[in-house]
Amino acid sequence: MNLFLILLSAIFVHNFVLSQFLGICPFLGVSKKVETASGMGIAVVFVITLASAATWLVHKFILVPLHIEYLYNIAFILIIASLVQLVEMFIKKSSPSLYQALGVYLPLITTNCAVLGVAVNNMNDGYGFIASVVNGIGAAIGFAIAIILFAGIRERVAKCNIPKSLEGFPIALITAGLMAIAFLGFSGML
Amino acid sequence: MDITSILYPVLSIGGMGVIFGAGLGLASIKLKVEQDPKVPLVRECLPGANCGGCGFAGCDALAEAIASGKAPVNACPVGGSACAAKVGAVMGIKAEEGEKMVAFVKCNGNCDAAKTKFEYYGEADCDLENGVSGGRKACSYGCLGDGNCVRVCKFNALNIVNGVAVVNPDKCVACGACIKACPKKLIELVPESKKVRVACSSHDAPKQSKDNCSNACMGCKMCERNCPSEAVKVDNFLAKVDYEKCTQCGICTEKCPTKAITKRDGNVVLNEESAS
Repeated sequence: MNLFLILLSAIFVHNFVLSQFLGICPFLGVSKKVETASGMGIAVVFVITLASAATWLVHKFILVPLHIEYLYNIAFILIIASLVQLVEMFIKKSSPSLYQALGVYLPLITTNCAVLGVAVNNMNDGYGFIASVVNGIGAAIGFAIAIILFAGIRERVAKCNIPKSLEGFPIALITAGLMAIAFLGFSGML
Repeated sequence: MDITSILYPVLSIGGMGVIFGAGLGLASIKLKVEQDPKVPLVRECLPGANCGGCGFAGCDALAEAIASGKAPVNACPVGGSACAAKVGAVMGIKAEEGEKMVAFVKCNGNCDAAKTKFEYYGEADCDLENGVSGGRKACSYGCLGDGNCVRVCKFNALNIVNGVAVVNPDKCVACGACIKACPKKLIELVPESKKVRVACSSHDAPKQSKDNCSNACMGCKMCERNCPSEAVKVDNFLAKVDYEKCTQCGICTEKCPTKAITKRDGNVVLNEESAS
């Protein structure tokens, strides 16, 4: 039950994009079309899940025993970057069709701060291995939901008659702000 | 101060860096994907518009398909025979001459001919207008003229003339982008050399077609009955030309009472002198 709570909380209550404001760069950058947004969302789910597992292991078995927890940022970035590279190569070799779907987005995720955010949160909250992975999946699903919804709205907004001064990013930022306010409603859920 | 407090961080982070670096280096050798050396060469010959007209996801994907033999050398509709010849030279295959195709808008319901059922004040966007009872035109099959096809055309080959989309065959490269953009499914690819075409898509009953638009095909079968080579067939009140059989004799165009079937270059009707 506890794990379920962690999952729900990561998806809705502590949604990474809309209530913690992490991963805003891809959220705004690749959300013009639902199709690309879903590609990005799936790639993020993939990477965050792996990254939260890998960072937990390194934190537990390298950083803590050596008393160098203060280096977690550097260590996590190192892990995430190499992990994404490895995953990209592996997918390219093993599944060309999956690579076609995710390929463009994988390198972008290397610098997605939501991935680092999940790892740091896992550490700060003292989650165990399973809880870390569940939290990672939840956070990633939350990211995917947010970006796909946002892309859907932006597709419609693009067809509307918008005042000149608000066209493009201004209206996108306003939309994102309104979505964040809407997601505030989930804070009473847990 | 203990020397280990410097040593541990340096060793562990440095060690991780070295291990990951070596791991990635090994992986890049182990997991190397063999790329056909022909792929970049074929890619060079393609136009690079990434329009997707060939049915593959962009020019890179097509280059790969051609190099591996999954697509013919003339698969790119944009580059035409010049491109096919170049790709053929790379692949060592002689390109077959492909018939040049052009897009054609199967509607001539312009502002003079077609009646409207209401005034439309919304955004000038075919998808949106189509959502409002199928648009303002009385004929539910007709071109809405809001220009979604014009906007998606990367080659400026389409224009809205008197409320109907018109293709400029000189600029059209048959990439098919407009075909996907049209909510009424009015645009199709036709062989450029075949000038006898039906500029109507209405399957309405004869009387209704005639009431809605004076240029409509009513399905009277005058063309079908008079065609010497059985190239025109009327199906569900709409004439259709079989471009394989059509000899372009032009008899049907003379018999057609509404001139829905005419000799056209693009969407422009050719008069008798220039047609012959």
